[in-house]
Amino acid sequence: MKKFGTLLVTTAVAALVSTTALAERGASGHLNIIYWQAPSILNPYLSGGTKDIEAASLTLEPLARYNEKAEMVPWLAEEIPTVENGGVSADLTSITWKLKKGIKWSDGSDFTAADVVFTADYCMDETGGCQQSDKFSDITSIEAVDDHTVTITFSKPKPFPYGALVGGESPIIQKAQFQDCMGAKAPECTEQNFGPHGTGPFRVTEFKANDVSTWEANPNYRDAAKPSFASLTFKGGGDAASAARAVLQTGEFDYAWNLQIDPQILIDMEKAGKGTVVASFGTGVERMMVNMTNPDPALGDKRATLEGGPHPFLTDPAVRRALSLAIDRQTLVDVGYGKAGKPTCNVVPNPPQYVSTANDWCLTQDIDEANKVLDEAGWVRGGDGIRAKDGVKLSILYQTSTNAVRQDTQALVKQWWSEIGVETELRNIDASVFFGGDQSSPDTFQKFFADIEMYTNLFNGTDPESYMNSWTCGQIPSPSNNWLGNNMPRYCNPAYDALQDKLAKTSGLDARAEIVREMNDMLMTEGAMIPLIHRGRVSAHSKTMGNVKLNTWDSELWNSADWVRLQ
Amino acid sequence: MLNYTIRRLLFAIPTLLVISFIIFLILDLAPGDPTGQLPMTVPPEVREQIRQSLGLGEPIHIRYLLWCNQFFINEPINIIEQMTGWSFSDEERLRVRSWATRSPVVDLIIERTPQTLWVVGMSYVVGILIAVPLGVISAYRQYSWVDQAGTFISMIGFSVPTFFTGVLMIVVFSVWLGWFPSIYDTTHVVNDWDSFVYQIKQMIMPVMVLALFNASQISRFMRASMLDNLNQDYVRTARAKGMTEQVVVLLHVLRNSMIPVITVIALNIPQVFGGAIITEQVFKVNGLGQLLIIGIQGADYPLVQTLTFIFAVLIVVFNLVADVLYGILDPRIRYD
Repeated sequence: MKKFGTLLVTTAVAALVSTTALAERGASGHLNIIYWQAPSILNPYLSGGTKDIEAASLTLEPLARYNEKAEMVPWLAEEIPTVENGGVSADLTSITWKLKKGIKWSDGSDFTAADVVFTADYCMDETGGCQQSDKFSDITSIEAVDDHTVTITFSKPKPFPYGALVGGESPIIQKAQFQDCMGAKAPECTEQNFGPHGTGPFRVTEFKANDVSTWEANPNYRDAAKPSFASLTFKGGGDAASAARAVLQTGEFDYAWNLQIDPQILIDMEKAGKGTVVASFGTGVERMMVNMTNPDPALGDKRATLEGGPHPFLTDPAVRRALSLAIDRQTLVDVGYGKAGKPTCNVVPNPPQYVSTANDWCLTQDIDEANKVLDEAGWVRGGDGIRAKDGVKLSILYQTSTNAVRQDTQALVKQWWSEIGVETELRNIDASVFFGGDQSSPDTFQKFFADIEMYTNLFNGTDPESYMNSWTCGQIPSPSNNWLGNNMPRYCNPAYDALQDKLAKTSGLDARAEIVREMNDMLMTEGAMIPLIHRGRVSAHSKTMGNVKLNTWDSELWNSADWVRLQ
Repeated sequence: MLNYTIRRLLFAIPTLLVISFIIFLILDLAPGDPTGQLPMTVPPEVREQIRQSLGLGEPIHIRYLLWCNQFFINEPINIIEQMTGWSFSDEERLRVRSWATRSPVVDLIIERTPQTLWVVGMSYVVGILIAVPLGVISAYRQYSWVDQAGTFISMIGFSVPTFFTGVLMIVVFSVWLGWFPSIYDTTHVVNDWDSFVYQIKQMIMPVMVLALFNASQISRFMRASMLDNLNQDYVRTARAKGMTEQVVVLLHVLRNSMIPVITVIALNIPQVFGGAIITEQVFKVNGLGQLLIIGIQGADYPLVQTLTFIFAVLIVVFNLVADVLYGILDPRIRYD
């Protein structure tokens, strides 16, 4: 009760302050955040989980990060190094970051280049199991030129050198705190992993793993007027619906993350008038992967591999086009996604300059056209209404992970496909198995022992180079590479691989965007996958909170220093 | 009796070892992978590195022996050291560490135990306090309106799942009436009257949801046991001797009827420690039950292995307690 009393007083104070535009540290009082997946650890290098990375972003900050418009903004660095300003060498093999001066860690010590170098060494130590190590790939050395200058050298030209130490996933950790936690010792430093010193607006006061953490304003934060909130509680646990209820209906919490629930429920909850649902779109696309190889169990070890031969009917472009045409993507959005989705025909749906418009024919459902395409290709309906050609029936096994929205989508698609004479068998697999990559399980999405599979993938940051690399020939999962690889459709096209090589050598945003669009169109016209929904992130915040800018390109809490309490 | 207890305790050791190995095997054979919950952007090579760093590269028997060493030797030594302040050796002992939090599992369990004992334990106590009188009255006035109402309520408590009653209570008391918080605050400290009132407020809904379930189970046992005894010869004798109904029912019948009920109560105590997975999730109590379910979802095997094994120990121990209690309460039963 007492807590609520002080809350009221502080909100009143905050209102006075905000109207006179005189911001002051701690003036907004207490903030309550709920993430229904509870953070387990506050060291992003030991956990790839979004919940952990975002919680840590309250205190740990990178050199540069992305704002809500997908633009890179300098954070702990003075400016973004480019070839033009001399920060990136002309041969694209090194990048030099100039750090802001006068920044202090939350324990009062100075932030220097040594911390930056240490962070890279920490993650590049192979015995540590660093979960962000792909961001540090191709780095040969990282050196502190002076206290506020760091140079990273790459083993080959990097047209996009902003992987390491940029964005919420690879922030700077403090050397003094973590220097005894290198390599194999990293997991043993519980105290450090649960309470990292940071340069950000808040610092941890108590961390209960998988439950709750409490934070206070960092007294050493670089802007004396920020953060506006004096303290915050970061609660975890429960499910998305109850998190939404706590913000939208009961008002117990101020901010709830990732509310992927039935859109109708969310709309009803919002009517209570306590909070606002916000959505923002990043790069996530719910798509169907089309298996180009034969998943027939009779093939044994050669099942769903290139050696097993092509798929009996999905290699026919007419079939793939008809399957895509038969789907009403807007209905899928209305049923399962609401504000959190929009129809898309591209596998690269964002940033805007990378988006192609060549495939927009798929946005409107056209069952008649789909039927016509199949008729023309010689697929004839049999007595049971199922189309067949040369004894091959259009019968599809369509798998995805267990998830209410996905099962709704499956049921709708099955209905539409039956209207074009395609028989569909549905299957859903527990997400931890489907995405788990267990070599002994036949049900992983890499093994793809089905005709069609559906899931969401995305790329971090704004540069899709490594994402586009997923569909090169070398990425095809097979027994010889332990089924590791991202090319689920087993798509292999030398022209595509050539474009990927070209992309790896091209610098300059416009030129790169053009190549990516071309690669996207190649994948779409050849039907290696059928994109369905451009998925956004949905969160909710209290109506008493100001300056929330939902950001799907970085941590959602990226601008928590600017958050204020309104009246 | 002492001999019997010692014999049973000794026999429990191989039983528990077998249980621990079976748990380990089941977890190992279960599909799922600790990197399964990572975002799709983490490449497969990095996933493989993570698996290796978690020790998954070792063969299964090595991993089992490692766990045994950590759990049966290192953890007890640590606990003794912490309690007494002695130091056995300065070298680093490997502790059982969760894969998700990278912190020692035993510390997590200790952190979680208070809220589970408070909420689930309290619900058990409340459940018993409701169930015993209700069972007695139901049996004594069989087929009266109290008995009918009691039967009806236990049927509801038994058959309606807690994820329904829990959410229903939240909608009514948190959303509509605004009386109680829907989210349990595990950081709340009770240090004055106001904070005590708040603690009651945040506990009342989860406790009542669970108490309803517990009470319906125990009141049925109580009623059946009372009915058995009320028709016995000794009851008729007591009445014939001119004892008041109060003495007959509360002294003679109740005592004898409690014997099977106490056994049931003792056998169910390990469930209190196991937490209430669903109710804890609904009210965000985040106790042992929620810890277990998060561990299972994230394929955090050291955590799941240790927790389930501790539950196994509790079940074995409380089975023994129930048997011994039975012997103490009922002089007709002798083990030696």
